[in-house]
Amino acid sequence: MADKKWMPRWFYQLASPRWCYEITGKLLPLFVIAAILLLVTGTVWALAFAPADYQQGNSFRIIYIHVPSSILAQSCYMLMAVAGAIGLIWKMKVADMVAKCCAPIGASIAVLSLATGAIWGKPTWGSWWVWDARLTSMLILFFLYLGIIALNSAIESERTAAQSTAVLALVGLVNIPIIKYSVDWWNTLHQPATFKLTERPAMPAEMWVPLLVMVIGFYCFFAVAMMLRLRNEIIQRERRSSWVRDLIAG
Amino acid sequence: MSTPRLKIDNLFCERDERVLFEGLCFEVNAGEVIQIEGQNGSGKTTLLRILSGLSRHFEGDIYWQGEHLDNCAQAYRESLLYFGHQPGVKAVLTPRENLQWYASLHPEMDLTKLDYALVKVGLKGYEDVPCHTLSAGQNRRVSLARLYLSRARLWILDEPFTAIDKRGVAEKEALITTHAQEGGTVILTTHHELAMGDKIRRLNLDQLAGTL
Amino acid sequence: MNDSVPNQSTEESMVHVYKVDGPFWGALKRDLLLSYRRKSDLVNPLIFFLMVATLFPLGVSPDPTFLADVAPGVVWVAALLATLLSMDSMFRSDFEDGTLEQILLSPQPLYLVVLAKVLAHWMLTGLPLTLLAPVLGVMLFLPGDGMWGLVLSLLLGTPTLSLVGAIGAALTVGLRKGGVLISLLVLPLYIPVLIFGSAAVQGAVTGLPLGGYLAILGAMLSLGLVMAPLAIGAALRISVSG
Repeated sequence: MADKKWMPRWFYQLASPRWCYEITGKLLPLFVIAAILLLVTGTVWALAFAPADYQQGNSFRIIYIHVPSSILAQSCYMLMAVAGAIGLIWKMKVADMVAKCCAPIGASIAVLSLATGAIWGKPTWGSWWVWDARLTSMLILFFLYLGIIALNSAIESERTAAQSTAVLALVGLVNIPIIKYSVDWWNTLHQPATFKLTERPAMPAEMWVPLLVMVIGFYCFFAVAMMLRLRNEIIQRERRSSWVRDLIAG
Repeated sequence: MSTPRLKIDNLFCERDERVLFEGLCFEVNAGEVIQIEGQNGSGKTTLLRILSGLSRHFEGDIYWQGEHLDNCAQAYRESLLYFGHQPGVKAVLTPRENLQWYASLHPEMDLTKLDYALVKVGLKGYEDVPCHTLSAGQNRRVSLARLYLSRARLWILDEPFTAIDKRGVAEKEALITTHAQEGGTVILTTHHELAMGDKIRRLNLDQLAGTL
Repeated sequence: MNDSVPNQSTEESMVHVYKVDGPFWGALKRDLLLSYRRKSDLVNPLIFFLMVATLFPLGVSPDPTFLADVAPGVVWVAALLATLLSMDSMFRSDFEDGTLEQILLSPQPLYLVVLAKVLAHWMLTGLPLTLLAPVLGVMLFLPGDGMWGLVLSLLLGTPTLSLVGAIGAALTVGLRKGGVLISLLVLPLYIPVLIFGSAAVQGAVTGLPLGGYLAILGAMLSLGLVMAPLAIGAALRISVSG
């Protein structure tokens, strides 16, 4: 290949499925422990010790799942698009695999966000679904994930699938701000005076600190899910290479 | 020694969990005709698609006149004529329109010889008939007429003689020989016994020996 | 190219003088000619457009005030679906007869060829849809004030639909059944155009100034013109490679 001497060394190491498998094997236990600790602490804190909201009472506590999952669903899309671009440009197999693993995880987290949003909507708005700008954007993000999963599973060749979904993810990435902007705008046009989640009074620290813990916990959980899927994918794709055979035999 | 026109270095390609070729190295020089041989499914078409730049599902390096293909894609396409499995002929267009469209994509083509080329491939009188009324062989001839018009140095021809009658094959063979004599390069696959004798080099994919 | 094939001595006198088109005009002329010779493909999206719009009074209510309310959205949704329907065939026949390979192997900039193909597609679907839209507007009791908004928003919005749809078409061209898949890929991306397109019509009905809506539709079109051909080209290379 053409010279790529300017790339740092770790970049190449990351490109090696074997190295990636080994390093994720070492990191995995750390992230499992961190995820459990953070999620347990955050949940107990949020449910038992954080003060109730003065307007919504205890029902607001669902934000401790809703908000982290919404943030994560969006970051996951970013990661997918960036990994896809790296795979597309530098033909890096591991990046392709990361992008592929992102889609189902991201889609499930988007579902979690939508479901918790709906559950939250019932006591606050009185209906399961409201065409709120954030919920609608999340729904569209979920559709984008579904499109990517559908395209990936429709193409038989692994590399073609990876490249095609990378292009689609990048197109989606360019579109997400536009979609978000237009949905926000559309929402203000149609629903001028509904109850706004976005404009609640600033949270006191007793509320947002557990939220922060939960957000970090969700990221750790995502890292765990990601690594498990990635390791699985690596083993599956590299099953004919000698190191995987040794691994299975040993 | 001058740099080879086309250099294939350590080419690896697998499809559907089957390795088609591994460590494939060869060089093609100006004035050479190379015939890729092999059984069905041995990867002849795949190799030609890789060499043309259509397929990127391979590992290894290809150099065009000493430069890596990734760095000279534009120059490479200017000097390439590719005849693929599908002849690349629009059924609702006439032979003339098809070639004119082709010329808009390949500005190096010499359109002044268009009528001459259509005569040479035996399509005189069919110039303005929609191609779907022509036979399969005639459709391929429309595409082969490009050989008379092109100034490309490298011809990559995938089964150019399928559905072409004997006389047509002989003429195309002569054309290929001339092209090579003039310093052109031809890489082709065919099931026909070519009468070119020792002027042709053969590369057998079945043996997978790698080098020539 | 000095070591190229020599000029064979001309054996016959030349009858025709051929003009060589540039890549853009060559591709545009070809695609227009192709659909001129296969006229059925041309009218199908239009008929679909009419039929979808007919379903709404039948399915919901024929009440003129209700229809006038929903007309902007209905016409826009129908136009969007009609465009989507025509999308699958955009590169498919080129892929099947091998001409797409020749396009990709051309030294001409793929950007221009792709742009020409999208332009041809728009001229054959988006433009007729735009011209037909006032008829639908009348059928759905869209107030006369809204007609200009309808036509202008479609004029600016449908090219974007063609551009974005072509990305989906290019990604799925190598697959045997691309039809439904294209919708899944492309529909979420159509949402901004739909929102501002129908809002423009609504604005026109209520007498609001249209400039802002049209400017946003124009901005999306400009972005599409710059970016989409790149994505389409990349997607085509990937699809043909597989």
